Amino acid sequence: MQFEDVGFRYSNSGALVHSFTLSVDRGEVIVLVGRSGAGKSTILKLVNRMVLPRSGVVRVEGRDTREWHPIRLRRRIGYVLQEVGLFPHMTVEENVGLVPRLERWPVDRIRARTRVLLDLVGLPPGIFASRWPSELSGGQRQRVGVARALAIDPPILLMDEPFGSLDPVTRVELQREFARIQRQLATTVILVTHDMAEAFALAQRIGVVDAGALVVCDEPSVVARSRDPRVKVLLDTLITPPEIGAAS
Amino acid sequence: MSELLHFWQTHANELARLVAQHIVLVIASTGTAALIGIPAGVMAFHRPRFGRPLLFLANVAQTIPSLALFGFLLPLPFIGGIGPRTALVTLTIYAFLPIVRTTVGGLRAVDRSMIDAGVAMGMTPRQLLWLVELPLAMPSVLAGLRVATVIGVGTATIAAAIGAGGLGEYIFRGLSMVDSTTILAGAIPAAVLALVADGGLAALEHRMRQRRTSLGLTAAVGVMTLLIVTVLPWAVTIGASSAVVVGSKNFTEQVVLGELLAQAIEAEGVPVIRKLNLGGTFICDRALRSGDIDVYVEYTGTAVTAVFHETVPHDPRQAFQQARELYARGAISALDPLGFNNTFAILVRTGDARRLDLRSIEDLRRPAVAWTPGFGYEFLERADGYPGLTKTYGLQFGHAPRAMDLSLIYKALADGQVDVIAGDATSAQIDALDLTALDDNLHYFPPYDAVPVVRTAALLSRAEIGRAIARLTGKVSERDMRAMNRAVDVDRRDPRDVAAAFLAGLR
Repeated sequence: MQFEDVGFRYSNSGALVHSFTLSVDRGEVIVLVGRSGAGKSTILKLVNRMVLPRSGVVRVEGRDTREWHPIRLRRRIGYVLQEVGLFPHMTVEENVGLVPRLERWPVDRIRARTRVLLDLVGLPPGIFASRWPSELSGGQRQRVGVARALAIDPPILLMDEPFGSLDPVTRVELQREFARIQRQLATTVILVTHDMAEAFALAQRIGVVDAGALVVCDEPSVVARSRDPRVKVLLDTLITPPEIGAAS
Repeated sequence: MSELLHFWQTHANELARLVAQHIVLVIASTGTAALIGIPAGVMAFHRPRFGRPLLFLANVAQTIPSLALFGFLLPLPFIGGIGPRTALVTLTIYAFLPIVRTTVGGLRAVDRSMIDAGVAMGMTPRQLLWLVELPLAMPSVLAGLRVATVIGVGTATIAAAIGAGGLGEYIFRGLSMVDSTTILAGAIPAAVLALVADGGLAALEHRMRQRRTSLGLTAAVGVMTLLIVTVLPWAVTIGASSAVVVGSKNFTEQVVLGELLAQAIEAEGVPVIRKLNLGGTFICDRALRSGDIDVYVEYTGTAVTAVFHETVPHDPRQAFQQARELYARGAISALDPLGFNNTFAILVRTGDARRLDLRSIEDLRRPAVAWTPGFGYEFLERADGYPGLTKTYGLQFGHAPRAMDLSLIYKALADGQVDVIAGDATSAQIDALDLTALDDNLHYFPPYDAVPVVRTAALLSRAEIGRAIARLTGKVSERDMRAMNRAVDVDRRDPRDVAAAFLAGLR
């Protein structure tokens, strides 16, 4: 997946993303960190063609997103949203099985797949499959969100502040579990967050985004030593430096 | 209260039929409006350029009073005419706005993040609509359906005015007989129906808000479609049969005359559809011309002035000749008079008549200065009505005339709400409420001989019709008519029985 000198803005606003260049390898976990409004979510939307670049090229699996059929492209990409985005009118099972249903899988295959996925994210299907989203806790909802994004085993996973609304303990718990799942499936992941600790907990490479541009993108140990003031601001939010070592 | 229960007991079959008609009218119209309105709402939401004018039009249609809308639709082909079709169209138009409104509103209220989630999953616009937008908008749509249904139950009572049946039939019948029991007999079930519909749909809406399944949507659409598919053909075929359709205006005498005609024709072995209690002169005339009814009884004076806008000769025979020629141009046959002359009567309370020594209309000049007259809507407008009356007799009333329904006017006079009215000379209420008719000494009112008017085509197609009506020619005197009116209005007998008894006496 490559971004080559990508620029984007909405017709009525200034540049949200500019001169953005980044290459993501297969199976890699990249975490983009930045303050709110830095353009992180827009970068994710450029990948699954929710928006098209104004300048430059975004390639997915070597192919320009402009050339991809948007529906086909999106079915290859799992997407976990900021506020989970579970459909309140569908049960847990229906939410998880939705993309397979769109792909017209047979019913029993969908059922089997949802059971596997719910087990994978730590929600026993016997208890949770027929529940409604309103009957779940925040952490459980987030797990369902991850399961749903993984439903047809997409090669790419985009995650927009996936653990943002959780309490710190649940957050760390889910991060660990997500790291386990990712290692198991070897999915390529771009995750955006404003939480530097999360970046160090999950990333193989950390990209720092400021005002729509990539300030630095490197291994966590390199980023941790950066002198750039835009990076330092974020590093200063980390209260306990020992965690840096623990993650790498 | 016991009178009411007794009424329902004795009319159980009829009540069941009217309730069923009422429900069918409401379900068919609301269902049709939903089948058109929900897709229209979806379109309006996705294409505001189409949506804005649509909502505007729906708003305008909503503001037209229902009776006026019936009047508009009556002369139109296919959707118009007397009977359930026009009622269905009108009710559908009324149900349309709330449904479109709430569909658009419900779709607008769907959370942006839900749409994003769907798009990011790779949903096509159609999948997004069916799997996300519509299910989430459904509780709101259902709320609109609920409003539309309750409005429909209320508006459907007016459908009886154009012969579509339903519980309004009791209300209109009650109004024309000045009988509150009959009015309540229709009004109470209608109110109960509205409450039940509201409660049922509210429960469904509540369930939907709790457990939003797309299954509910599918089921609702399925049930609606089924009902409409089964009900619409029934509604359309109703007006179209080989039977003779007998109409009448909306007062007791006309209903009795309608029954006389209907039973006389039935006695010849011809099936009859009754569309009695239709409305005023204009509605009956239009219905006759459009072929919605085949025959009704008109009065010569009314025909010449109100229908053809010509002046009536004071000689009854000339008036009849003139009416017959005018009708003939429109392929309608005015048959020989039935025998009585139902002219207008200017009525006052007998007490006032005695006290002020009132004998003729001329005598009104003095007291008129302090009096309030009350007239039916038609009388106020017609050239041979109020304007001519005041001119001929030089009357100046102290208060502007009160316009009211013909059925209420006698009671209003007796109760002192008005002081002088124009009523029917054959009305049973004259004796019953102790009123006095003033002499038309200047011969202002033209003759109003009752004549059956028949579509010539119907007359030619079946000899039995002419033969049946001829049995009545010259047989109904003013005294007969007043007695029959009295039997219905005062003694509360069924017009059907009264007419049957009279016909039996003719043999």
